[in-house]
Parts: sequence; C-alpha cells; structure tokens
Amino acid sequence: MLKLDNINVYYGSIHALKGISIEVNQGEIVTLIGANGAGKTSILKSISGLIAPKSGEITFEGKTITGVPAQSIVKMGICHVPEGRRIFANMSVFENLELGAFLVNDKAVVKQRLEHVFQRFPRLAERKNQNAGTLSGGEQQMLAMGRALMGQPKILLLDEPSMGLAPILVQEIFEIIKEINEAGTTILVVEQNAHQALSIAQKAYVLETGKIVLSGTAEEVASSEDVKKAYLGG
Amino acid sequence: MEILIQQLINGIALGSIYALIALGYTMVYGIIQLINFAHGDIYMVGAFVAFFLISIFHLPFFAALIIAMLACSLLGVIIERVAYKPLRNQNRLTALITAIGVSFFLEYTMMYFVKPDPRAFPASFKLHNITIGNVVISSKDILILIISFTLMLILTYIVNRTKTGKSMRAVSFDKDAAQLMGIDVNKTISATFAIGSSLAAAAGVLVGMYYGQIDPLMGIMPGLKAFIAAVIGGIGIIPGAAFGGLILGVTEALVSGAGYSMLRDAVAFVVLILILIIKPTGILGKNIREKV
Ligand SMILES: Nc1ncnc2c1ncn2[C@@H]1O[C@H](COP(=O)(O)OP(=O)(O)O)[C@@H](O)[C@H]1O
Ligand SMILES: [Mg+2]
Repeated sequence: MLKLDNINVYYGSIHALKGISIEVNQGEIVTLIGANGAGKTSILKSISGLIAPKSGEITFEGKTITGVPAQSIVKMGICHVPEGRRIFANMSVFENLELGAFLVNDKAVVKQRLEHVFQRFPRLAERKNQNAGTLSGGEQQMLAMGRALMGQPKILLLDEPSMGLAPILVQEIFEIIKEINEAGTTILVVEQNAHQALSIAQKAYVLETGKIVLSGTAEEVASSEDVKKAYLGG
Repeated sequence: MEILIQQLINGIALGSIYALIALGYTMVYGIIQLINFAHGDIYMVGAFVAFFLISIFHLPFFAALIIAMLACSLLGVIIERVAYKPLRNQNRLTALITAIGVSFFLEYTMMYFVKPDPRAFPASFKLHNITIGNVVISSKDILILIISFTLMLILTYIVNRTKTGKSMRAVSFDKDAAQLMGIDVNKTISATFAIGSSLAAAAGVLVGMYYGQIDPLMGIMPGLKAFIAAVIGGIGIIPGAAFGGLILGVTEALVSGAGYSMLRDAVAFVVLILILIIKPTGILGKNIREKV
C-alpha cells in the first residue's frame, strides 16, 4: 500500500535519512522505533509531503507521491498526526475537528464523521466548545487523532502518540490505535516507547541515525537482543 | 461639550480609516510575520484607481470603490507572489527590506505617471450636514462610518465562518499543521493579501472622498499610523487592529480638538511608546504564543 524506496533526506549538510526503504501493507499496524534524533519524524514528514526527500521514491497505492504537495497527499487518504499533537490551540475542539475535514465540502458527510469521532472519543464530545489549548495532554492527543480521522484516512501516520503521557493514558491511546486499525485503517506508528508499539504492531523497523538497522515481524524485533537492550530496558 | 462630541465623531471616522489599513497589516503579519511596509501604498493606489474611474470614466462612487478594492486585491496578490514569496524562507530582515523597496517602487511609479502634485478627488455626491443640537455631522463622516463598519463586519464573517477564514486562522497558527489538514498555504496567503489590500484600497478611496485631495505619497503617514494602530491592538490579532485604529483616531482628534493639532502626529508615537512600555504585546495581545 505504502512503499518507501531508498529515501534520502538532508537538512542542509545533515544527512538525516540514509537510504530508507520500508513497506506498509493494507490493514497492518507497522511501527518504526528509534531513539531521539534517529529520523523517525523525518520519515513521516517525507511521506506526508512536509519535507521533500533529495532522492528516492515514495509510492502510495501504486502511485508516486514524492514531490506531491502536502495538501494533495491528504486528499489521497494519508493523514498525519504530527509529533507534539500540533492542535490549533487558538480554536475550539469543534473547529479543530472541522478543519480535519477541510477537504470535504458535503456538510452531511462532515457531520457523520464528527459523530463517528465523538463516538470514539467521548471526552472530545464533552469538550466540544472548549478552547483546544485548555485540554490536557491526553485529550490533546485524542483531538489530534480525532482531527486526522475526520479526513477518513486510508493510512494514519502517528508520530510518538505516547509522548509525555502518563502510563495509564498511554495504554488507553494504544488501545484506541488498535481499535482504529480494526475498523479498517492502516497504521504507521513511530515511537520511542518501543514496548507498547511492538505489542500492537505486526511489523516493525528499527531506526538508528537515519538507517534501518533491523526489521521483521513485531515478535522477531521484540525478541532481538539488541532491541531488548536498547529499547526495552533489558 | 458639543465640540467634544464633534471631535469624537471625527476621531471615530479617522480611526476607522486607520482600522481598515491596520487590518491588512495585522493579517499579513499574522500569516507570514512580515511587516508589509508597502501596505500604505496600496491604500494610495486604491485612491488613484477610484480617482481615475470617477473623473475619467464618470463611474458612480460606489462602483469606483468596489473596482478599486478589486484592483488592489489583485495588486496585493501579485506583489506577494513576485516580491515576498521567493523570500519566504529567508530571514525576516530580507523580506522587510524588500517591502520597503516595494513601497518606494509603488510611490515613484505612481509619481512618474501622475506627477507628484496633489490631485483634487472629484466630489461624487452632494453633501448634507446633519445637525443635532449644536453638533454638525457631515454626510462624509457618516459614509465613512457606514462603509468601514460594514467592511469590518464582512471581514469578521469571512474570518470566522468561511473556509477561507478558517484556513487563514489555521495557517497563521501553524503552517505545517494546516497543510496536514489539506489547506493550501500559498492560496491562503494570497487570500490574506487580497483581503487586506482591498480594505486598504477602501480606506484610500474614503480618504480621497473625505479630504478631496490625493497624491502619490499620501500613503506614508497613514500607513505608519495604521502600523502603530496594529501594534497598539496587538499585531497579528484582527480585532486588535480595529480597536487600535479607533483608539488612535479618537486620541488624535481629541488632541487636535484641544488646540494642539501640531502635536497630532507625535501623539500617535507617544501612545505607541506607552503601550509598548505597559503591555508590549498590545492591548489585546496575549503573552508570547508558545509552540509545542
Ligand atoms: N528542521 C531541521 N533542521 C535541521 N536538522 C533537523 C531538522 N529536523 C530534524 N533534523 C535533524 O535530523 C535528524 C533526525 O531528526 P528527526 O527526524 O526529528 O528524528 P526523530 O523524530 O527520530 O527524533 C536529527 O539529527 C535532527 O537533529
Ligand atoms: Mg521525532
């Protein structure tokens, strides 16, 4: 469904991604784990068109999307929940969700998706008219995810959804990610929290300083000694 | 007392002109963090477009106003595309200097074509004065108030209710996040320039009508004042610009009314300095926005 082939990304003279190739199949949860600065965010940004790789090709459902502007990539069904949520803190919860369906002109469709999102995140429904900036961290993550779901993605890109959340909330967020996947959305989730990510994913890639150093099924990766040492605390 | 009310009305009329110009300053600053020093010259171009439409083509005032607004919105979009867009990822000083360059370009191109001398803006309709007690309100004041408040209401509607407005707010807040919603940042920036420039053009036409005189450098002082108004209200904050414009207009009118009209321009700067000391982010300004 989504394929990255030998992607290279530079920030000035920094070679951030060095020939990344990954593949995500329809219906899967795939996780990309790696330490801070490994290049996880850069991979997601390349996919969603926020940055342009210097070389390599990204294909989605057989079509090349490298160099396609971000707003057109959303239209194809790739929604990206960025690192740090990046909700519109100057707007209400409702307005944030509405923006998630920016490309939909049919009001009835927007309403239907809104109900859907409120069903999945009842706490957002309660806080509908609240300013998004006043939400707690966990609620902001839910809003960011709900906002992406308003675009009814075929594939959802999640950048460190557990960042800065209390363990109980992390649990809840990963539960929701699993549910979203079960409802038919393919998921690529980037995490430093390898344990949680590996527990819900089918496939995993391990990233170190811009290179994939290990890949395989989630079990294989989880049982690798190196990964255990570096990411699973033992 | 009558004099005070009289001055207050003049001040509100003048203030709503500042407000119209300040809105464009603040919207552009909000979206690309550029202080568009050419904005006052768009106001001047608007006045000249209407001047030619009325005096040569004998168009009625309102038609000239609307065409001048449309022409300037196009001009604003072109200026952004040609002069500012290529510099979007450069440092801010580069863009600021370019804006000053664009300002000179507009002023002296206009001067080349129309000569530097002031032109008489044609009186396009009969004046009536309304007298209430001893207060005389000219129909010009009323027209300025009606048109500028109508435009501000339309702007409020656009910003809060339409897709264009929502994308403007989203892009101002976070460009990357806005793009991830499917918002076209370039189009949104163009729309911002179009709307801001059309408001400046309206202000120019209204001032031409009000004072009956226009010239190619007429945009410099009001542009500066409107910039001050935008800062007073909180740069980047739309209601702040309207508010700042009105405060500045009324203050100036009261100072003139008290017999110190020579100090009128100085007062604007005094108000600016006071605001910057008391509340550097402007009256409606929040504390520095934190980005996560
Ligand atoms: N905008 C940027 N400018 C310069 N360097 C950057 C930028 N964004 C990321 N980098 C660098 O690229 C590398 C990968 O960053 P990133 O993709 O954010 O990693 P991760 O998400 O895994 O923490 C890091 O070394 C980081 O410092
Ligand atoms: Mg990251």
